Amino acid sequence: MAELQTKDAEMTKVDFDQQKLETYWKENRSLVFTMLGIWFAVSYLIQFFSGAINSIVIAGFPLGYYMGSQGALIVFVVMIFVYAKKMNDLDKKYNLEEEGE
Amino acid sequence: MQLKKILGLYVTGFVVLTVVLALLEFAGVLKLQGIGYVFMIFSVAVYAMIGIITRTSDPSEYYVAGRGVSAIYNGMATGSDWMSAASFISMAGLLFALGHMGLAYILGWTGGYVLLALLLAPYLRKFGQYTVPDFLGTRYGGNAARVIGIICAILVSLTYLTAQLNGVGTIVSRFIGIPFEPGVFIGLLGVLVCSFLGGMRAVTWTQVAQYIVLISAYLIPVIWLSAKLFFIPIPEITYGKVLERISVMEKQIMGKENPNPRNIPAEVLNDKIDPAKEKESRDLWAKEAAMYKAKLSNVDSALAADKAALEAKLASLADDKVAERRAALEKEKADAQAMMNAPLPIDPKTKQPMMMDEAKKKELEAKIAEADKQLAMLTPERVKAEKEKAEKALAALPKNAEEAKTKWTAAQTAAANQAKGTGDYLATPPLVSADGKSYPMLQFLGLILCLMVGTAGLPHILTRYYTTPSVKQARSSVGWSLFFIFLLYFTAPAYAAFARYEVFVSLVGTSIAELPSWIASWKMVGLLDVVDKNGDGIVQFADFVIKSTDFVVLATPEIAGLPATITGLVMAGGLAAALSTADGLLLTIANAFSHDLYYKIINPSASVQSRVLISKILLVVVALIGASIAAFVKLPVIAATVAWAFSFAASSLFPALVLGIWWRRTTGPAAILGMIVGLAVSMSYSIANFFYQFNILSLRHTESGLLGMTAAFLVIVIVSLITPAPDKALQDFVYSVRFPKGAAQGKEVESIGGAA
Repeated sequence: MAELQTKDAEMTKVDFDQQKLETYWKENRSLVFTMLGIWFAVSYLIQFFSGAINSIVIAGFPLGYYMGSQGALIVFVVMIFVYAKKMNDLDKKYNLEEEGE
Repeated sequence: MQLKKILGLYVTGFVVLTVVLALLEFAGVLKLQGIGYVFMIFSVAVYAMIGIITRTSDPSEYYVAGRGVSAIYNGMATGSDWMSAASFISMAGLLFALGHMGLAYILGWTGGYVLLALLLAPYLRKFGQYTVPDFLGTRYGGNAARVIGIICAILVSLTYLTAQLNGVGTIVSRFIGIPFEPGVFIGLLGVLVCSFLGGMRAVTWTQVAQYIVLISAYLIPVIWLSAKLFFIPIPEITYGKVLERISVMEKQIMGKENPNPRNIPAEVLNDKIDPAKEKESRDLWAKEAAMYKAKLSNVDSALAADKAALEAKLASLADDKVAERRAALEKEKADAQAMMNAPLPIDPKTKQPMMMDEAKKKELEAKIAEADKQLAMLTPERVKAEKEKAEKALAALPKNAEEAKTKWTAAQTAAANQAKGTGDYLATPPLVSADGKSYPMLQFLGLILCLMVGTAGLPHILTRYYTTPSVKQARSSVGWSLFFIFLLYFTAPAYAAFARYEVFVSLVGTSIAELPSWIASWKMVGLLDVVDKNGDGIVQFADFVIKSTDFVVLATPEIAGLPATITGLVMAGGLAAALSTADGLLLTIANAFSHDLYYKIINPSASVQSRVLISKILLVVVALIGASIAAFVKLPVIAATVAWAFSFAASSLFPALVLGIWWRRTTGPAAILGMIVGLAVSMSYSIANFFYQFNILSLRHTESGLLGMTAAFLVIVIVSLITPAPDKALQDFVYSVRFPKGAAQGKEVESIGGAA
């Protein structure tokens, strides 16, 4: 246990290549902002206009209600997996993957 | 023992048990209560067994399950950690009652995972300690931040825990028919056996088991119902049709024009809906509401008048008074009789007795009949019953003006609610309400934001991402968590829609003497009532009184025509949901005390054994405190507290965590001040709004986080900019958290027996 903690402390001191880290973080940041944009749109924008889009009815579901009860949820789940996949690829690209896997 | 083998055995065991119980029920051996007992004993025994198998006193095992929980299992565990009694039993009911407004809970309690995945989980896992205050203490350099973090974590978790234990008590008492207070403590035992012995490791694997029970219990009834109505066993697709039918019947009930624009065939609707009678019933409710309103305008005199009237009635029922009345009536009757029989005067012209005047005769007959009727009311049995009734009413009369006010306000609200009839289930919240006083759309979106941000700030959920073996697994684990939660959440609206449809087609228009069996059985339990307001012997929608919308989930098995065993299974699922959440919360609170406060601040040289021991002792203490609050305080606030926990977390922990990772310039003093201000704003607004109806922009106490988090973010940013930037070591620390390389790796577990 104690061993694990000292190891943790050492890890934080690992010298990173500053330049590489900056670009990695920049890419991550733009990915996160895009994702947050989608998140905002499906949860807030669509719900704000749900009254208007409710006139579109599919299989009995008014579109606004459908987005609030199912559509947005599906987008959320897919989005998280896509983000995980993209980040894992990004780790590989910048050779920042964890050891041991 | 092999992990997969254990889980396999467990699931098989549960299926076999369910089938056996169903057979016993058909054989007439078992009733719902017996089934409840068997399910409860079996599930608690299994959780206890898992606790014993995985018992541990190794801190890494105890606090973060040895960082050996793979993404999918961690997802399942988070799912049941997350889904509480409120999600399982109450959410569908909330949707039933609130319509589109209720979707705030569906969106809010899922969308938060996106924030968690994008902004927090991988970084906390990279940091790799044990708790949320651990991170705050390290990032903001010192014990001050850690202590504030501890206070926030405990406050949020304790608020939430009380609500959970309240749910546990309700379910246990309903399940096996014991009173609420012992129910809380029996349920608590189930929570404790598991978390006490094995800490996070036991809790994790119990939660995985609990997830399997709760999701099957939730899905089976509604899948069955969908198959029965539409021959397609996917309720999430079929309830669209149900929504259409609901809309038509709502319009019919409210007597609106052109109720069926899409020409839905009449055989799937209800031709017994009678708009005129509906209106009659609604008007009577409105009258009742007005009556209470009048009483409330002058509580003291109304209460005195009620009391005087009842006392006068009682006095008139005293033995001597009754005897007096009887005598008077007997005399009246005898007199009338005598007049009837008296020889009539002789007509001087015809020398014959005069014919009695027809009208006069009728009058006398009526008099006799009336006297008989009144005498029949005065038989000793009748008088006794009347007396008892009046005495009871007198005893039930509010003791003082205060109580009268509460009681009558509740009665007024209830009656006014019935008088509204049915709203438009699919109506979206308008920007401004009809009376121009509130902003429903703002409330709706505000609640969604508070619940989402709060989700990402709940300590017991955040700690779960410390348990995965790697950063990579932490990332996908959030996805799995949400996927497992999603299965329940996207089904909940189907429950609500089916239940609403069923009320419209099978309850409205039936005779009050032949209620559908599910209505009768849940009426007995007190979740709902049918009051024949206009006394026509037929049920109108306005006659249907909902006392607890929990009936939506609990009654669906019976609506679908499934045996009582499935109802028992649903309750077992609800219990699993409540217990697993309580487990996770309890552990978080106990660890905040033992790990963060005791080990990190008070006694850093404490041995490993003593730390875990202290954590276990605290666990029991916190559990007892939580249970006592839930069982004995019983504030009306408890129901509201679930939403409060989210707002508190959103206003305190979330801003400090997110800015700590994403903005290197964030300073310690800023974060500390931000957490304090955020929490203070959110708490004081909740209290001011709940108890004193104070409001800003019509925001309710459930959306207090909107103000709290705005304040917290502002304070942190401004104070950070005016305080000196964090030193190099701290900036490096932030750096290190951002990149997965170099994370302490855990080893995925294959078996859960023995200490690792």
